[in-house]
Amino acid sequence: MNTSLRLAIAALLCVTAVGCAKKAVKQPPSSGGGTDSSSTAGGGTESGGYTRDSLNTDSCLRQRVIYFDLDRTEIKSEFQAQIACHSKFIRQFPDFAVTLEGNADERGSREYNLGLGERRGNAVQSALSSAGAPGNQLNVVSYGEERPTCKDHSEDCWSKNRRVEIVYTKN
Amino acid sequence: MPANSVIRIASLLLCLLGTAAQAQNPAPGPGLSSDVPTIVINEGRASALPITVVPFAFEAAGAPGDTDVGDVVRMDLARSGKFRTLDKKDVVEFPSRGGDIKFPTWNLLKQTYIVVGRMSDAEGGAMRVEFELFDVPKQERLLGLAITGQRSDLRGVGHQIADLIYEKIIGVRGAFWTRIAYVTASGVSPNINYALMVADSDGYNPQVLVRSREPLLSPAWSPDGKKLAYVSFERGDSAIYLQEIATGSRQVLSNKKGINGAPAFSPDGSKLALTLSYLGNPDIFIMDLASRETQRITNHFSIDTEAQWMPDGQTLVFTSDRSGKPQLYQVSAAGGDATRLTFQGEYNARPSVSYDGKSFAMAQGTGNVYRIAVLDRSTGSGVMRSISPGSVDESPSFAPNGSMLLYAATDGPRGVLYAVSADGRVRQRLVLADGDVREPSWGPFRQR
Repeated sequence: MNTSLRLAIAALLCVTAVGCAKKAVKQPPSSGGGTDSSSTAGGGTESGGYTRDSLNTDSCLRQRVIYFDLDRTEIKSEFQAQIACHSKFIRQFPDFAVTLEGNADERGSREYNLGLGERRGNAVQSALSSAGAPGNQLNVVSYGEERPTCKDHSEDCWSKNRRVEIVYTKN
Repeated sequence: MPANSVIRIASLLLCLLGTAAQAQNPAPGPGLSSDVPTIVINEGRASALPITVVPFAFEAAGAPGDTDVGDVVRMDLARSGKFRTLDKKDVVEFPSRGGDIKFPTWNLLKQTYIVVGRMSDAEGGAMRVEFELFDVPKQERLLGLAITGQRSDLRGVGHQIADLIYEKIIGVRGAFWTRIAYVTASGVSPNINYALMVADSDGYNPQVLVRSREPLLSPAWSPDGKKLAYVSFERGDSAIYLQEIATGSRQVLSNKKGINGAPAFSPDGSKLALTLSYLGNPDIFIMDLASRETQRITNHFSIDTEAQWMPDGQTLVFTSDRSGKPQLYQVSAAGGDATRLTFQGEYNARPSVSYDGKSFAMAQGTGNVYRIAVLDRSTGSGVMRSISPGSVDESPSFAPNGSMLLYAATDGPRGVLYAVSADGRVRQRLVLADGDVREPSWGPFRQR
């Protein structure tokens, strides 16, 4: 990888970090190469190690929403692979912080739903921790029913809103 | 907005005309825009008292303003559910003084009460509004008073007159001259603008108190009506703010890790009940507002939230899912064991307590239908009754006299507010904004 590209990446990271201190890195800067050796320190040496760009390219890591059944906080088996790959990535890159945004559907009271969203966020946090993600990189924020992805009064829509979003922030 | 007022009044008349057709039907009639306030009568009003409010005579200099004080009084009394007001178009004579009332006319129209009044100039450009209330069958004057107010506050004068009439006839202080707080959201995600609003109890005179790009919720009035506590996400996570309404000055009351939610002032205003989750899960705490020290009240692995004070300030009622689904519990404000309050309904949350501590309103869920229910504990173990049609109704808030409630509902994707009589028989949608409206909170009595 040539030096100018590295500089460009560094500049982008700086802009991200300075310009919006706590904003999510939804689209990390994409680099052409997959051999960024500077980021593999600390756990990145195990087989199948990720690069930073894997957040954008890896099919598992690109899945960042975990859905829940009504009034439930258990993580369904279909999301175990997602938990595993994110744990691995988080452990590999200690400079990423992860916010787990808990959400609930519209039914019932807003304050209770804040509690429900937090409970779901906590469930994902403990699942990630159990799978090896360091706890100091994980933070839970509950938005309750305040951030719906759709607003129809139907189970189809409600099921999309009962979710935890995994949001990466570059420290 | 004179044209708007005319439309509003016209729609009310239309709606009342259509009362028979609308019985049991909450939808506005055809031809009525969903943007005009309509009063919906859910059941026969056999017990509602017939009253005529004659349009008040304008005897001041200049042209009458936009506000007909008589209309304000008539609308207030109608939506209380306690009165059946004579349609304005059926008012056939226009006395403005007690001596001018021809009682046989109003007896013929089967009216029990009649209100007459007149507006005249007062000092400093103010307006003096005199009114008299009569018992028609007895031909007896029950009230005769004058209230002076600014021309810009004639709606306020009307609400005060409605309060006095209500109190004279019903025997309970009226709560029309009060204010409400609520939250609006406009725009499309991710560019939603939130606002914390304060308005008159009927939705008129809305004022923006706070604007935010992040969610706002749970406005709570201080007992003196001068401050609001509320939850804002503007820092990224929930935090509780305290704001003076008159000056707009504000401060952060709580921004601990995790949830900072559900603020509620104690009846004496010295403390704030709140929900904090920084110790692991949401529990109820009480903050002393002078020292800012918090004391933990509940300690349970369940979600405990939405504390409200009983009127004596000794007990809190709150939502907890310690039995599985959310139910209402009560606990001493000094802490200790909680006892369960609600046993009917799968899901009961977000309590509002009436001023006498005998009625508890809540959001009640059964399957996918969420309605407002009121638990009346004035007799024995209590009677639960639902007072709204559903299906996504929430956030009930009692008027300070317990006669009515506000609650949030939806119209398609849009949030709307309703005012409903405490018995559920009369319901009115408040028109407050074009966007999403939610989180109503009825303020305390105002000082005259």
